[in-house]
Amino acid sequence: MTTLGPVLLRLAQVTRTHGHGELTVHALRSVDLEVRVGELVAVMGPSGSGKSTLLNIAGGLDSPTSGTVSLADAQLSGLDLKARARLRRRSVGYVFQDFNLIPALTAAENVSLPRELDGVSTRPARVEALAALADVGIAELADRFPDELSGGQQQRVAIARALVGPRRLVLADEPTGALDSVTGEDVMRVLRARVDAGAAGLLVTHEARFAAWADRTVFLRDGVVVDSTGPRPDVEALLTLDPA
Amino acid sequence: MSVRNGLVALLAEQPMHGYQLRQEFERRTGGTWPLNIGQVYTTVHRLVRDGLVEPVPQGGTGSTDDASEDDAPFERFRLTDAGRAAATSWWATPVERGAPARDELAIKLALAVTSPGVDVRGVIQRQRTETLRSLRDFTRLKVTPDHRRAALAGGGQAGDVGPVDTPVADARADLAWSLVLDSLIFGAEAEIRWLDHVEARLARASHEAATLGSAAVPAVPPTDAAPPGRLGVPGAASASGADR
Repeated sequence: MTTLGPVLLRLAQVTRTHGHGELTVHALRSVDLEVRVGELVAVMGPSGSGKSTLLNIAGGLDSPTSGTVSLADAQLSGLDLKARARLRRRSVGYVFQDFNLIPALTAAENVSLPRELDGVSTRPARVEALAALADVGIAELADRFPDELSGGQQQRVAIARALVGPRRLVLADEPTGALDSVTGEDVMRVLRARVDAGAAGLLVTHEARFAAWADRTVFLRDGVVVDSTGPRPDVEALLTLDPA
Repeated sequence: MSVRNGLVALLAEQPMHGYQLRQEFERRTGGTWPLNIGQVYTTVHRLVRDGLVEPVPQGGTGSTDDASEDDAPFERFRLTDAGRAAATSWWATPVERGAPARDELAIKLALAVTSPGVDVRGVIQRQRTETLRSLRDFTRLKVTPDHRRAALAGGGQAGDVGPVDTPVADARADLAWSLVLDSLIFGAEAEIRWLDHVEARLARASHEAATLGSAAVPAVPPTDAAPPGRLGVPGAASASGADR
């Protein structure tokens, strides 16, 4: 088995409620979840089960009502807003269904933008961006604009942007939702490769075939983790497996 | 039946001995359905009995020199005319789907929804986890063809080289293996979709039962002849047949 690295994201007894009294909605209830370096974890569940809430809380875009979220050993809830925003920006990247690239910027500029926001100057930021684009296999498309790229290529740019520089955790919300199945598989292959190369990923999807690229899948229903597939076995074990 | 037909198809290519048959069968199907050598010989001897296969006379037709010149020459087998006709007709005839194979999962869920006191949701969830786990494992194998090849090469019978071991044949075998994997992946996906469907049907059924008056729910007649439509549940049971 691929040896997994340290825990990058840890949710402990995370509960998120909206509203008060009789109108209280439990979006998440006592959710425990760990994602390690080298690990891709999929979250599945019917709509309204809390998948997006989980992703938002993991990325520090939303705060739990109770429980703790730790990112790269720092507890998000212990930080003030500014520090939390900085930690979030430096360690987490998002990939969305609709790519969310800035149309007026080239692929390389889209990828280097978060680094420039980190305070890195333009030239080294571009070097990092080109490296990130090479990592997702589209170095030669660096100077194209989003509308000159296919959906699959745009999503690769988004993955590069999510993992540019020191970023290690990618939160992906239905990243294959706008792609055909073959392109979707390509994107999952890239995401898988980036995670194997030392990142960590949390993937929300409702398609089993894409969740199957993850090491394990967590099922949410009504804000509760109802089940989880175990860690993945190594490939050689699968080959010697007797299906009978 | 599938092994029998498979061996006939392989023998249509050239005469082979038992170990060769086993190795070719496994190589061409990616080792997905391992055969033991006893099974191969039993099947071959039945084919001989049925007049489809005959032993190659020692020193007779076929390639004259072989690895089996030493003290224990393996008996080789070839097709008779009837055997060649059987091979041709196998390709020409669709695999029969008329009588559904006994499917333990469909039977289990059909019984679960009609048995009192069974946690059907739990049954579904556990199955979904298991099926997703195998979907993940199949996907994993798909990602790492090199591993597979190395593992298979290492695990093969020493010195027992397949009869058609050229790069082209290897590429063909890889294609065959990847298609077998796709078949398993699609099958697992279909099962997960069906489980989602069963769950949705049950949720709707229990919702309808609740709005019809809660008294109807516990009043399940203990007889085996539950009136159809009473809880909306028999509909879900029959869906198992319809959707497969």
